Amino acid sequence: MNFDLRLPLGAMFAIYGLMLTLFGFATNGQEMYQTHSLGINVNLRWGIVLLVFGLVMLGLALKRKKS
Amino acid sequence: MQIHLGLIDYSILIIYFLFVIGIGFALKRYMKGSTDFFLSGRSIPAWVTGLAFISANLGAQEVIGMAASGAKYGIMTSHFYWVGAIPAMVFLAIFMMPFYYGSKARSVPEYLKMRFDEKTRGLNAISFAVMTVFSSGISLHALAKLMELLLGWNYNACIALSAFIVLVYIFLGGLTSAIYNEVLQFFMIVLGFAPLVFLALKDVGGWAALKTKLVPVATSNGFAPGTWTQSWAHMNAPSDNPMGIGWFGMVMGLGFVLSFGYWCTDFLVVQRAMAANSMSAARRTPLIAALPKMLFPALVILPGMIAIAIHHGEANKFLPLGSDGTPDYNLTIPTLLARYLPTGILGVGFTALMASFMSGMAGNVTAFNTVWTYDIYQSYLAKNKSDTHYLWMGRMATVFGILVSVGCAYLASKFNNIMDMLQLVFGFVNAPLFATFLLGMFWRRATGHGAFCGLLGGTLGAAFFHGLAHTQGAEIGIKGGWLGQKIVFQSEMSQNFWMAIIAWTTCFVVTIVISILTARNKTDEELKGLVYSLTPKPKSENEPWYQQPVALGILVLIGTIALNIIFW
Repeated sequence: MNFDLRLPLGAMFAIYGLMLTLFGFATNGQEMYQTHSLGINVNLRWGIVLLVFGLVMLGLALKRKKS
Repeated sequence: MQIHLGLIDYSILIIYFLFVIGIGFALKRYMKGSTDFFLSGRSIPAWVTGLAFISANLGAQEVIGMAASGAKYGIMTSHFYWVGAIPAMVFLAIFMMPFYYGSKARSVPEYLKMRFDEKTRGLNAISFAVMTVFSSGISLHALAKLMELLLGWNYNACIALSAFIVLVYIFLGGLTSAIYNEVLQFFMIVLGFAPLVFLALKDVGGWAALKTKLVPVATSNGFAPGTWTQSWAHMNAPSDNPMGIGWFGMVMGLGFVLSFGYWCTDFLVVQRAMAANSMSAARRTPLIAALPKMLFPALVILPGMIAIAIHHGEANKFLPLGSDGTPDYNLTIPTLLARYLPTGILGVGFTALMASFMSGMAGNVTAFNTVWTYDIYQSYLAKNKSDTHYLWMGRMATVFGILVSVGCAYLASKFNNIMDMLQLVFGFVNAPLFATFLLGMFWRRATGHGAFCGLLGGTLGAAFFHGLAHTQGAEIGIKGGWLGQKIVFQSEMSQNFWMAIIAWTTCFVVTIVISILTARNKTDEELKGLVYSLTPKPKSENEPWYQQPVALGILVLIGTIALNIIFW
């Protein structure tokens, strides 16, 4: 079957990563990080992790498509 | 208890739904025949079937239930993984997969027909089909109830929405759709819960501090200080630990009988491996699944342990209390989500939770439509129809299965007792299964009559034992003891494990005795590929060591033993 699962998987997490990173930037220093996540801007940090994961998956899928 | 989702959280949830349905649409054009729909054309790579293999089992009952159990019993819950699941998965991969995949059986009941006879298959197929739709209904009910509680969503709307989404993607893409979405869900759970566990663990001050904080939890319940953080040290007598079970009942009941029975014979999980693109990939499927599965206690049990430590430290005000004053353990994960995740990442964690409910349902529906179409419809109702007809039937069975699930969800919401009763009966039916498969695969003399009588005998044995056994302080009736309270257990779990041991033993003995008394109904030639001693060993196909099932299996077992020792 010519359907690479890494494509939708990567796309979805890249979108999530981008959303959280931008949202983290916009809300940096807000009180919710004190009340919930021990003062850590978890949206920004985890957003970057998700973005990298998504892009790596997309990259692998596109690399296979080329070859 | 309430969780407030923001706009971004809802967007994350909606994007997930769009991807799930999108995958269904993308796969629609590949669904040309019934094999594509029910077996994914046996064309899926091992890493995908492997992750789907864990995910199919990682329904919400697992996520919510394991965290609840982590709070209630501590690290002893890890026995479900390090004694139960992992050894069974290795056994499935090394010893059983060659027969399932090699026989070209399209389902587990079909293997029973090839190995034994029609009636054994019929018994297994019908009981399995009924069980899957009910499980799917229970999953649906649990989801809707939780969403109603946490978000104030409408129960009916929630049932309709989740049933509709699952219906669309399975109707379009069949098993492939379910498998691909299970992989999405796997990553959602891992990536959604990892920050939660990290933050919660950091908040209690790390693992060493958690251990100290769990000491008063153990002592205030009347147990030795380390009970919540040591998995084996307090298992000499059932009264030493909160599970109320000794090591023998644990190893034999949970480990050998129930876990091997579930992981090695339940078509819901085995179907994922059968969809793999080669024998080697099929055998690697449970092993690839076992690698992350080994570490899952950190993701699902640890949060429960943290939650109970906080609960105890905050004078029993962290977890919501039930009507009897004890914590409502099932709300452990939702409570942690609400406490540690700010809006944004909360959407990811919440979507992961919702995804696990839906994939639990989807797994049951795909197993149901296959068994219904191949083992019931094609075998008894409409033989020799065209393949297109069976593909059509598969889609209709999907619709039908989901409608019945919805019905079961409402049944569960109205009559709690009926569901308890059904789950009890499922327990009777499932407990003996592994004995039948073990004898079928490793003893060529086992006959069809033997297997059939063994299964019935095991089920009756379980019911009979249940009638005589009783848990201290429990009501007589659905909890056992309706034939008199001859055997008394410390806990319901202990009673269940021993019931499984009795059922297995009864089935094992009855199958052997009846097989010896009856004539063989299959010749050696017919059993080739179905029984161990008559099947040529699968050749290793010059793969590097890390792709060889036996090498991987040994690696997984070493890791599991190490984990058991570290947390002894």
